[in-house]
Amino acid sequence: MSELAGTTTLIRFILRRDRVRILVWVGAIAALVVLTAASVKGLYPTQADLDEAAAATHDNAGAIAFNGPDQALDTIGGQVAFQVGTIGLIAVALMSTFMAGRETRAEEEAGRLDLVRAMAVGRHAPAAAALIVVAGMNLVLGALVMLGLLGLDLPAAGAFAFGVSFIALGLVFAGVATLAAQVTENTRVAYGMSGGMLGVAFVLRAVGDIGDGTLSWFSPIGWAQKARPFAGERWWPLLIAAGCTVGLLAGAVALTTHRDVGAGLVPPRPGPSRAVPSLGRPLGLAFRLQRGSVIGWSVALFITGIAYGSIANDVEDFVGDNETIQDVVAPSGGASLTDSYLSRSLLIAALIATGYAISSALRLRSEETALHAEPVLATPISRRRWAASQLAITLAGSVVVLTASGLGTGLAYGLAAGDLGQVPRLVGAALTYTPAVLVLVGLATALFGLVPRAVLVPWGLLAACFIVGMLGEVLDLPAWIEDLSPFEQTPLLPGDDLAVVPLAVLAAVAAALTLAGLAGFRRRDVG
Amino acid sequence: MSAISAPGRAVHPSDRHGVALSTSGLVKTFGSTRALDGLDLSVAIGEVHGFLGPNGSGKTTTIRVLLGLLRADAGQAVLLGGDPWRDAVALHRRLAYVPGDVSLWPKLSGGEIIDVFGRLRRDLDPVRRDELLERFELDPTKKARTYSKGNRQKVALVAALASSAELLILDEPTSGLDPLMEAVFQDCIREVKATGRTVLLSSHILAEVEALCDRVSIIRAGQTVQSGTLTDLRHLTRTSIDVQTAQAPTGLAALPGVHDVRIDDHRARFDVDSSHLDGATRHLAELGVRSLTSQPPTLEELFLRHYGDELAHEPELAAR
Repeated sequence: MSELAGTTTLIRFILRRDRVRILVWVGAIAALVVLTAASVKGLYPTQADLDEAAAATHDNAGAIAFNGPDQALDTIGGQVAFQVGTIGLIAVALMSTFMAGRETRAEEEAGRLDLVRAMAVGRHAPAAAALIVVAGMNLVLGALVMLGLLGLDLPAAGAFAFGVSFIALGLVFAGVATLAAQVTENTRVAYGMSGGMLGVAFVLRAVGDIGDGTLSWFSPIGWAQKARPFAGERWWPLLIAAGCTVGLLAGAVALTTHRDVGAGLVPPRPGPSRAVPSLGRPLGLAFRLQRGSVIGWSVALFITGIAYGSIANDVEDFVGDNETIQDVVAPSGGASLTDSYLSRSLLIAALIATGYAISSALRLRSEETALHAEPVLATPISRRRWAASQLAITLAGSVVVLTASGLGTGLAYGLAAGDLGQVPRLVGAALTYTPAVLVLVGLATALFGLVPRAVLVPWGLLAACFIVGMLGEVLDLPAWIEDLSPFEQTPLLPGDDLAVVPLAVLAAVAAALTLAGLAGFRRRDVG
Repeated sequence: MSAISAPGRAVHPSDRHGVALSTSGLVKTFGSTRALDGLDLSVAIGEVHGFLGPNGSGKTTTIRVLLGLLRADAGQAVLLGGDPWRDAVALHRRLAYVPGDVSLWPKLSGGEIIDVFGRLRRDLDPVRRDELLERFELDPTKKARTYSKGNRQKVALVAALASSAELLILDEPTSGLDPLMEAVFQDCIREVKATGRTVLLSSHILAEVEALCDRVSIIRAGQTVQSGTLTDLRHLTRTSIDVQTAQAPTGLAALPGVHDVRIDDHRARFDVDSSHLDGATRHLAELGVRSLTSQPPTLEELFLRHYGDELAHEPELAAR
């Protein structure tokens, strides 16, 4: 197999180069799942507690839309799968996407693949090595999850099915990412394609799970959950995932065979020979460089908002007159069940929007390391103006992306409920997260200016905010830890009262961090 | 390309209008690496100054200090009468820069990128821009992603040369250019010089420096080891000759300025100091030349020859 020559050497190279990254991904996800499972066990000490929780969730469309299908929720295993299943599966899919993309298209885009392929290395060896590493990560992760759940005395068949469902979904998205890496020349676009697929998979199963379940069969996350861990395991849905993986990889192999190194499927078109006037200013340049990603993230969050908004009208109908459910699901004072559901949708949308905001703020660093900043800073543009222009786009882009999520949610819910007044109400609610988003932007900027080696830290903090927001109650985290998340400081709108003081404090923290970062950047070496 | 051309005029900072840039005792360390170790450099207004040195000798670090991108740990740098770190923005209005490692935004076209830099500097001359695009045979509609190394370098060169900046800082600007484009580049620099502007040209291509530069500074390991006019440094340059002669090539080793003579039947190979080239060729002519190739030595060879003794105590360089 000369096409695969050098694969083992490349595998060893990837393991050496990315050993920390690999350990963090696998370790963090496994720990998240096992710790949540342990916490779930503590939350429901008796069967009566489980029965109550299962009854409360049974008709709660909102919870099902976020967490997954109603399967054996009166057992510890069923609750574990319900509480951490979807989040864990999404994390696994993201791990596969970023690792596979990083080892394939990112290497190629950086021109390093040319070096590798010039050696005695087969055409498919780099992608094969990347896939084997990613598959290995998924296998180890699945095994760790399984062992962790067994250690918590959960049923063996369920633990096995749960672990294997993680592996199956991880492999599907390794295939998606590998295929995307062949289609486009741009790593960011490849990540966007896989991320979009993940969003579609999530929404299909959300709509399917609260409906008759049909749509869930079109979602890879749905296949993983149809394996019914702890709820009468079924193995054959995982075969669909396996078949899908094989198909995706076959497609990727076919594309690799037919294209040139460095190229994508879509040949680059010629551009204009002259720049439009706005490009001659730092702000215009920053806008042009970020336009695509703002549009991409906005469309993605708009569509997600539509999906969640269209479910909102059913939440109240599902629950009907069941007052105990009302109490359990809508704990925040007088908020209606629908509002509570909507506020949770918007919180998730805001956390996703923060992904845009961090990646946008960290362009400061990527522009610097890519040597794009150097010639700009050699023109009469001050460092502060260059950085502030980038961050102005980050700020405006964050507002646009948040607005898109509120708009999608509001339009879909407003049309379903016959009340278009929901549009401004939900756009406003989405925008209350702006200060929280900007706190993470400020952190990214501060690290860029003061500790540029640590610019990946904001991603870890975003993951922590996600965990606090999604699993805070299940994990029973201490209040002071939850309070550290800027998203916990933001009032849950709609439903909560609009508290201005915490928002002002968050904005002040964000501004202080940003200014510290800008000041640090003016004092340090560029490069 | 011939390395033998008219020597540049001797221009000293003192007898021209003044100093465009100067550094004294410049020190810059990165961790345990001492990239600049007391570097002195002086470039007069209106001259084309060659900045020579082997890889890793500190040329780019010096330039990045002069651009205010790096802060020197010790020593002084004066650029166009200002402090490169403190007055960066004001000074950058008066200079144009071509980086040694040209990295462009992949999704912008070459034409767009040239305009971006021209407008950020606010001195783009659209007529000159188009003329330069034609001379460098660069297609401005191609996305930067698709440019080769040489074409990326052309984008940066056109952007810098289309400006009216009084100082051009060029960091190995021709390392990716083919010989035709190298000639175009040399013409452009002569035109810049004719308008009285100053050029700092970092390079390790000696032929290019000989063709263009009035004065030269040679650095090694972060220190200036030699600085002066090309005539001053003429003794540094040797030409390698490979010649077939009709009569047996005798008497070459005795000629002044001839080194490392190797005779193989009617073929002779030797190095000759450029200042003694005339005597050597006259001698060869008497022997009857059948074929002759000449080659200017690389800078690295020059370094090893002229600084071999100094290098001896630096194992990693001497080992080459």
